[in-house]
Amino acid sequence: MGQTLFEKVWEAHAIRELRNGQTQLLIGTHLIHEVTSPQAFAMLREMGLPVAFPDRTFATVDHIIPTDQRTEPFSDPLADAMIKELRKNCLEFGITYFDVFSGKQGIVHVVGPEQGITQPGTTIACGDSHTSTHGAFGAIAFGIGTSQVRDVLATQTMAIGKLKVRRINVDGKLPAGTYAKDVILHIIRKLGVNGGNGFAYEYGGEVFDKFTMEERMTVCNMSIEGGARAGYVNPDETTYAYLHGRPYSPKGDDWKRAINRWESYVSDADCVYDDVANFDAKEIEPTVTWGINPGQAVFISERLPTPETTPEDQRGSLAEALEHMKLQPGQPIKGTPIQVAFLGSCTNGRLSDFKEVARHIEGRHVARGVKAIAVPGSQGVGAACKELGIDRIFTAAGFEWREAGCSMCLAMNPDKLVGDQLCASSSNRNFKGRQGSPTGRTVLMSPVMVAAAAITGEITDARELFSR
Amino acid sequence: MALRKILEVKGTCVSVPGDDVDTDRIIPARYLKCVTFDGLGESLFYDVRFDQNGNPTNCSLNDPRFAGATILICGRNFGCGSSREHAPQAIYRYGFRAIVAESFAEIFFGNATTLGLPCVSASRGDLGRIRQIADSEPKREMTIDLTAEMIRFGDNEFQASIGPSARDALINGRWDPIGELLEASALVKEQMAQLPYVQAR
Repeated sequence: MGQTLFEKVWEAHAIRELRNGQTQLLIGTHLIHEVTSPQAFAMLREMGLPVAFPDRTFATVDHIIPTDQRTEPFSDPLADAMIKELRKNCLEFGITYFDVFSGKQGIVHVVGPEQGITQPGTTIACGDSHTSTHGAFGAIAFGIGTSQVRDVLATQTMAIGKLKVRRINVDGKLPAGTYAKDVILHIIRKLGVNGGNGFAYEYGGEVFDKFTMEERMTVCNMSIEGGARAGYVNPDETTYAYLHGRPYSPKGDDWKRAINRWESYVSDADCVYDDVANFDAKEIEPTVTWGINPGQAVFISERLPTPETTPEDQRGSLAEALEHMKLQPGQPIKGTPIQVAFLGSCTNGRLSDFKEVARHIEGRHVARGVKAIAVPGSQGVGAACKELGIDRIFTAAGFEWREAGCSMCLAMNPDKLVGDQLCASSSNRNFKGRQGSPTGRTVLMSPVMVAAAAITGEITDARELFSR
Repeated sequence: MALRKILEVKGTCVSVPGDDVDTDRIIPARYLKCVTFDGLGESLFYDVRFDQNGNPTNCSLNDPRFAGATILICGRNFGCGSSREHAPQAIYRYGFRAIVAESFAEIFFGNATTLGLPCVSASRGDLGRIRQIADSEPKREMTIDLTAEMIRFGDNEFQASIGPSARDALINGRWDPIGELLEASALVKEQMAQLPYVQAR
């Protein structure tokens, strides 16, 4: 019987079984950032432990960094203390740190792939739940807590129970104007925000075969929003073409050997999955959320659910979500006014996202009264956009063009919603208060849908707007 | 490393209702700007406990009848979202020593267990009954027996599941795995030698 990629990578990294039945798993690549690492370093110091393999940890700063001005000290003393702490820790323990002035800084899940650090057949951990992003390369990547960051720093391993594998097939052809973001929002809507508990998601089928690496990353990124701690796509020529020549990619003879090795991890044709879910691509439409978790979503053409159409045990959540969102049961989502448009994040802050939006907004302008910000996921993405003149297309259209960081995806830097502003957002979470105001409202959608909402000032079917 | 064996948790309860209570709700991101976990307890459920003007809401956590509760009662998929350990840290530092819910998000569950904060699951029906008792008799103590995986509350007993590895880790005092992980350093080096990508460049 064949094995899945997950099982093969797991076996190659399993050190031993622990007394409680979990596995001690080797984590080949460890990524850290300023929010979830300082306490881990403090724990190491307290225990008198060194970092076991400092060359297997890579750091950058993303959550707290302001995107409008980079002069230090930052105006927020807490943010300033955090970046200084990260610098100090990396220096003291000999960890590679992509700092603000390196030209390589950015959101950790954008930087890892961009640098070629993220590779197939590897295990990756980071103190951030969107670490699942790296699975796009056929890596098994886990979001971890700070005590586990400590464990990985001290031992290059962590304790974890083996996951089951659910194969998710998306076959057929995606309709025009439908993107990777719509695919994952649709999957989460159908399988539920906790449907992936205990599973790693293996994404495949015609849609994923054709997807670029950046599209695969968008989907894998949001695996955790469906409850799956890891999500991955088997590596193929697209993966290898992306990685070829990147700073940390294998070179020369090592490159050939690496490809052979990576190929050996691909799920066998006769492997057995713990579960399979099938989707038909042609049935997927541009999808937007209406509630306070990423599973509360509808197609742009649909109306919101009503208590009558909602299972009894979900009616409480429906009422709570509608109250927060100030929306009515059964109303169309289309036409809902927005005040803010956010383009960026580890989900949709890559070059292809800005390229695709630029193609649509050229010659158009953001609606009056809408604050629209475009935030590249890394300095590399920002530089590539500048080289292509994409930043100027955005500024000409009335977007603010910012420096790299997590920005308005979460409220740890100056980019925040105010009051009950409604934000059309290309990010990954629409939790209450996520974007910085306890009463702020987030509607998740694809970058092109964000652009359409920015231009009209209301939630819009981008296919209709941009065909005009 | 000798850790305390957590065989049972005893205490009064308070219920924070709702399903899919996420980590941003448990501790809003703006309170993650810190380099230590000290003081996180004060920010627990901040936007649930306080209104826009910083005045206490009528949330159960502000109700003096439930003051001193050490067991938190929640709904389905509790702790979904971020991997931030700040969430269970805030719950622990606020004073809770166990959480009873219908189910837990996976990363949250692992983070909490590593702190010695048991997360036990009960059925939706039993949780409804537990909430009723907690609301009507706020001074009534609950006992969560981790060995037997049972909740005793008043005259009632409810099944409580925690899963074999977390149960083993808690009742045998090995919920923080660092000591055991450190024992295997020779095996780790051996395994790393088999994997080209982890070799020094």
